[in-house]
Amino acid sequence: MTVEVSSTASGPSSFPGLSKAAWQDVAAEGALGDALSHDVELTAEQLRNLYRLMALSRRVDRQAINLTRQGALGVFASSQGQEAAQVGAVFALEADDWLFPTYRETVGTFARGVDIVELLALFSGSWHCGFNPYQYRVAPLTTPLATQALHAVGLAMAARIRHDPVVAMTFFGDGAASEGDAHEALNMAAVFGAPVVFVVQNNGYAISVPYRLQTKASSIALRAAGVGMPGVRVDGNDVVSVYGAVRTAVERARRGDGPTLIEAVTYRLEAHTTADDTTRYRSDDEAASWRGRDPIERFLGALREGGVVDDAFLASVEAEGDAVAARMRDFLFDAPAGDPREMFDHVYATRTPLLEAERSMLQQELTAAQETT
Amino acid sequence: MELTMAGALNAALRDSMREDDSVVVYGEDVGKLGGVFRISDGLQAEMGVDRCFDTPVAESGIVGTAIGMALYGMRPVVEMQFDGFSYPALDQVISHVAKYRSRTRGRVGLPLVIRIPYGGGIGAVEHHSESPEAYYAHTAGLTVVSPGTTADAYALLRASIAYDDPVIFLEPKRRYWLKEDLDLPVTAPPIGKAVVRREGTAATVIAYGPMVTTALEAATRAADESGIGLEVVDVRTLSPLDIDTLVSSATKTGRALVVHEAARFAGYGAEIAAEVNERAFGYLAAPVLRVTGWDVPYPSAKIESHFLPDADRILDAVARLLEY
Repeated sequence: MTVEVSSTASGPSSFPGLSKAAWQDVAAEGALGDALSHDVELTAEQLRNLYRLMALSRRVDRQAINLTRQGALGVFASSQGQEAAQVGAVFALEADDWLFPTYRETVGTFARGVDIVELLALFSGSWHCGFNPYQYRVAPLTTPLATQALHAVGLAMAARIRHDPVVAMTFFGDGAASEGDAHEALNMAAVFGAPVVFVVQNNGYAISVPYRLQTKASSIALRAAGVGMPGVRVDGNDVVSVYGAVRTAVERARRGDGPTLIEAVTYRLEAHTTADDTTRYRSDDEAASWRGRDPIERFLGALREGGVVDDAFLASVEAEGDAVAARMRDFLFDAPAGDPREMFDHVYATRTPLLEAERSMLQQELTAAQETT
Repeated sequence: MELTMAGALNAALRDSMREDDSVVVYGEDVGKLGGVFRISDGLQAEMGVDRCFDTPVAESGIVGTAIGMALYGMRPVVEMQFDGFSYPALDQVISHVAKYRSRTRGRVGLPLVIRIPYGGGIGAVEHHSESPEAYYAHTAGLTVVSPGTTADAYALLRASIAYDDPVIFLEPKRRYWLKEDLDLPVTAPPIGKAVVRREGTAATVIAYGPMVTTALEAATRAADESGIGLEVVDVRTLSPLDIDTLVSSATKTGRALVVHEAARFAGYGAEIAAEVNERAFGYLAAPVLRVTGWDVPYPSAKIESHFLPDADRILDAVARLLEY
């Protein structure tokens, strides 16, 4: 903005032109539009599959909590209540796309196809990442918050350079949205037009700290405007809406029109992890009201009403859930710890002299321990 | 032909990019401007904006995206504009760059290079003269390289880009204008090998990066002024360290010191001193000494010469080694 300056100014009040200035105000916050109705293309088969994945996810989550209580997992971060947000989002991906999840997205990652036993290695303590990222096109479950969002952007930038029609999706939460890496990821994705879909699961809490202490803005989706990309806010407990919004963003990214930020508003029905105590920071009433909006029950009601599912189908999902849960029990109870010498094997492509020496020292400790028992 | 270290680094980037189209170079001002030190000069014009490009000012973003690029099969070479601005990326470096191969049980290696101009001596303002090598060398999973000569600048950068593990490439910025007569492509010992730059029998001076020149200057003066033969060993790769070459020299001379610009306390020299003491104790006539910058935040330009180790400070320590 130019400032008019009087050339004959000699005093503050006698030459008012000298004190003139100009600036622009940003319009008041609240640019979120009304919820618009969209038609989402989903076949009956796809609708059933969405339900199946959500129901299996709930089953997997419950089994994981039980396994934690029984000592088979060291800790577990539940996704109960967030199945629509996670399953609906990953359902919009194609086989060649990549997913960059956090520790909160075990069920979304499971729904993406990662073997549940391999997936839970992080929590069972058998290895930090138990699956092969290249096999599933899924990055390791990340715990330093929002850091993986940048990895998604980088992969998408690389795909763009290679002219591959690949989309990267990353999840993070309302807490992680406060991290600097979340901002850097959104900004860089926008600048480079990277084919990324950011799915923020706003579940109301970062462990104990409520949304209103993370941001004064009414919606995380509004941040999209600040970096110049489309932003969407969606009911995260409505799987069809989540899928529709994310699918639209995935298609936009794939055709070269850049990234989208999607805020899925949901609620974490269980504690942050099995080591957390919700009674210290939120009321039972609040959780109860969200239980009334359970995404799986809600979707099932609609499917029944629409005649998309029958009892035989539901029984088959139930049986599949039993099998998955049994597999979790079979392979996560008393899972072997593995060879401790392996910790030296993957630090570099080949073991350095230092690592060889330390491996020998550990070998001596192991041998000595074996001799005393 | 006569080449500066900056020119050699530029040639290394260019030759690597020509040879392998998965090599991409990016960072702040590296594209159109060619970098504030012109290390990427002309690369965008030759290779196009997909291969060499400017980024927003976001160091964590630069390193974080390089991880995703490497995951997809690219070989990103990213620049931290100055040592003091590499710190916002430390979380990505420590939590991800260093750990990805280990975390994924060897399934995902990250072939990426993080170039960092480092060290003082150029009269810069605050945060432009840091020596952060110990932070990186202390982190398992990182390979830390620092050339001390123009030939090594070329050869080690080429080797780092071709390396299958992530490399922190520390460029001694005060030596960017150091000239050598070179015929490219020059070859050199691989990553992980130290080199004896000058042979001697009286004492060993262990140095890397910007201090290689200083150590050689001290050795020349010791020979000219006092007839003392100093052996100068260039570490070249800080991690993994070629301790054998260092120990073999210290064993031969019986006296050793290590020199670096970074502060002494818990510094990189402490590791070298401890290792040489452990392995060559019976051959040493004196304890291994450290010649370093002081344990203070890097001082302002007009007094930095009193912070930086120079030939005099090295020769004082040599005298103490010989008198011990």
